[in-house]
Amino acid sequence: MKIGVCLKQVPATDSRVVVNATANGIVTNDVKWEINPYDEYALEEGVRLKQSGKGTEVVIFTVGGADCEQRLRDALARGADRVVRIEDPALAGSDALGYARALGAAIKAEDIGLLLCGRQAVDGDNGAVPAMIAEVLGWSQVSWIDKLGVEGASFTANRAAGRGSKEVVTGTLPAVFTCDKGLNEPRMAKLPDIMAARKKAIVVKNLAALGLDAGAVAALVVEDAMSLPPARPAGRKLTGDAATVAHELVRLLREEAKVI
Amino acid sequence: MGILVLCDTDGGVPRKSAYELLGKAKALGLGTVTALVLGPADVSSLGGYGADAVLHYNNAALATYSTGATVKALANAVAATGAGYVLGSANQVGRDAFPRLAARLGAGLVVECTDLRSEGGKLVGRRPVYGGKALVDARVQSAVGLFTVRPNSFPIAAPTAATAAVTTGDGGVSASDIDVKVVQTLAPDSKQVDLTEADRIVAGGRSLKSKELFDSVVRPLAAAVHATPGASRAAVDAGLATHGDQVGQTGKVVNPSLYIALGISGAIQHLAGMRTSRVIVAVNKDADAPIFQFATYGYVGDLFEIAPLLQKEFEKILA
Ligand SMILES: Cc1cc2nc3c(=O)[nH]c(=O)nc-3n(C[C@H](O)[C@H](O)[C@H](O)COP(=O)(O)OP(=O)(O)OC[C@H]3O[C@@H](n4cnc5c(N)ncnc54)[C@H](O)[C@@H]3O)c2cc1C
Ligand SMILES: Cc1cc2nc3c(=O)[nH]c(=O)nc-3n(C[C@H](O)[C@H](O)[C@H](O)COP(=O)(O)OP(=O)(O)OC[C@H]3O[C@@H](n4cnc5c(N)ncnc54)[C@H](O)[C@@H]3O)c2cc1C
Repeated sequence: MKIGVCLKQVPATDSRVVVNATANGIVTNDVKWEINPYDEYALEEGVRLKQSGKGTEVVIFTVGGADCEQRLRDALARGADRVVRIEDPALAGSDALGYARALGAAIKAEDIGLLLCGRQAVDGDNGAVPAMIAEVLGWSQVSWIDKLGVEGASFTANRAAGRGSKEVVTGTLPAVFTCDKGLNEPRMAKLPDIMAARKKAIVVKNLAALGLDAGAVAALVVEDAMSLPPARPAGRKLTGDAATVAHELVRLLREEAKVI
Repeated sequence: MGILVLCDTDGGVPRKSAYELLGKAKALGLGTVTALVLGPADVSSLGGYGADAVLHYNNAALATYSTGATVKALANAVAATGAGYVLGSANQVGRDAFPRLAARLGAGLVVECTDLRSEGGKLVGRRPVYGGKALVDARVQSAVGLFTVRPNSFPIAAPTAATAAVTTGDGGVSASDIDVKVVQTLAPDSKQVDLTEADRIVAGGRSLKSKELFDSVVRPLAAAVHATPGASRAAVDAGLATHGDQVGQTGKVVNPSLYIALGISGAIQHLAGMRTSRVIVAVNKDADAPIFQFATYGYVGDLFEIAPLLQKEFEKILA
């Protein structure tokens, strides 16, 4: 069984956000890019499944420009076998469903049996692409897993349920899983693997190669008026010995802020 | 046209989030508001909170959540009502079912909204992106638009005497639509309110040093002020607290009225998860710690000294 991993690059989580002139995105000149943190769990789980004999190959799928190549090489060094990178001018202004249709078509063409994604991309924060891929492919889906077991064509997974509880679920492959923190500890690439990764294949496909046209990925969602959150009013420093401050703080929380 | 509101229930009773959404949906003035309830529940209160009509799909296949049956029932409800918009809570059901429904209907999806408004007869959602470091307005260009809303985004008005006609049905689903089966439910580690819904949070950082100290300093202080304990990622990674306790961009995004940060530096990823807290109290021995730029009340000093004193003060007035 071939295992698919959907992975994208995102601005490093410690990046400062600067809104662009058209207020529909951020200024990316000085941004340092990383693999989306949740996709690192997806990649690690895929590599572990392969290493335990449950998979034959780990194939990465991404929608993105050539500038993400370095992150893709890093992912290959961490154990993936090859990459399908999708790039097309029509995808530049697309939305989650457009991305899902493109990724779904590429995944279908590769005869994947199990797909691992991140719980959300920490830039767009939609948490939508994986379930949309599942629908496009007609597969089962399990969201926010922190445990996965595969036995033949069946799986058992722990997923997040309401208000901090979890559910143990079972089902049949093929299926899409979205990975949460706690699933595993992602490995770092070692030098020999980094060298070996240089020889692994990154195939680039456009929409036509996937049998799609621009209409299939036209955005249904328009985003604009991006702004920074309002600044917080200046606070107050409390001084004095700890006992006095503790007493005063509790008084302020009750009488001034009225939160207790 | 009109708005279909997926109402959460708990033990057969609508949850606060359902009333919140119904009231907002009504106030938007975008047509008939239909409350959709899936599974066995008492739906009699919904008219008083803003529902013009109630659609109740009461079917054993909908008694516990499954993606397959829920998405199918939702799609059938959209067809039955001709709704132009579907609203739901940004909880695990909304996160799992709405994207799939969007793909099935070819509908635009706007998630985790913290505000909704109507503009020229169209719904606009405002939502955080980049882990809350920016906000964006989003609208859809499809016949149907799906929006999920973060709990506690809107006030709940007192109920009126209005009632709504209830239409019942089976939602067109059966047991065969349940593809992924729940075999066991694991209760949360603690009985406390989950961080994402907590009104008060006391969080500790790496500076707590050990699990023993975290458990003997942060947790009792949290208990004294009836708060849920939380932690920075550095504290979680050092084993002082569990993954479920982590606040931040790659943990839980929280929105309490009181957030007390003990020995947390205020890294950008941590701030992203808690910056909308109404009142932030920061205790840190470094006067230059970034957390102080966000704190409503700050104290430069040793957390181990002040935490037990604070605990006593809270116990005095809240016991
Ligand atoms: C210039 C620009 C303009 C844009 N305009 C719009 C717009 O008008 N409307 C709009 O809705 N959005 C717009 N976007 C956002 C973009 O379409 C989103 O990235 C997309 O909707 C996916 O959502 P997400 O990134 O939140 O992914 P999520 O749904 O949060 O991702 C979840 C998981 O899906 C997988 N995944 C997601 N994206 C990819 C990918 N690219 N490759 C591989 N796997 C992936 C990963 O496993 C990821 O962890 C724009 C983006 C850019 C850069
Ligand atoms: C991809 C990625 C994602 C991340 N996501 C998150 C996230 O979701 N949430 C998160 O929290 N972090 C996240 N981080 C980590 C983040 O960058 C910081 O490392 C982390 O928040 C620091 O935790 P801390 O404040 O406990 O520790 P430190 O930064 O080490 O700060 C400890 C603080 O305690 C103070 N202190 C020490 N002793 C005392 C004392 N006795 N009394 C009072 N004060 C004292 C110190 O002055 C210092 O300010 C992420 C990082 C990355 C790379």
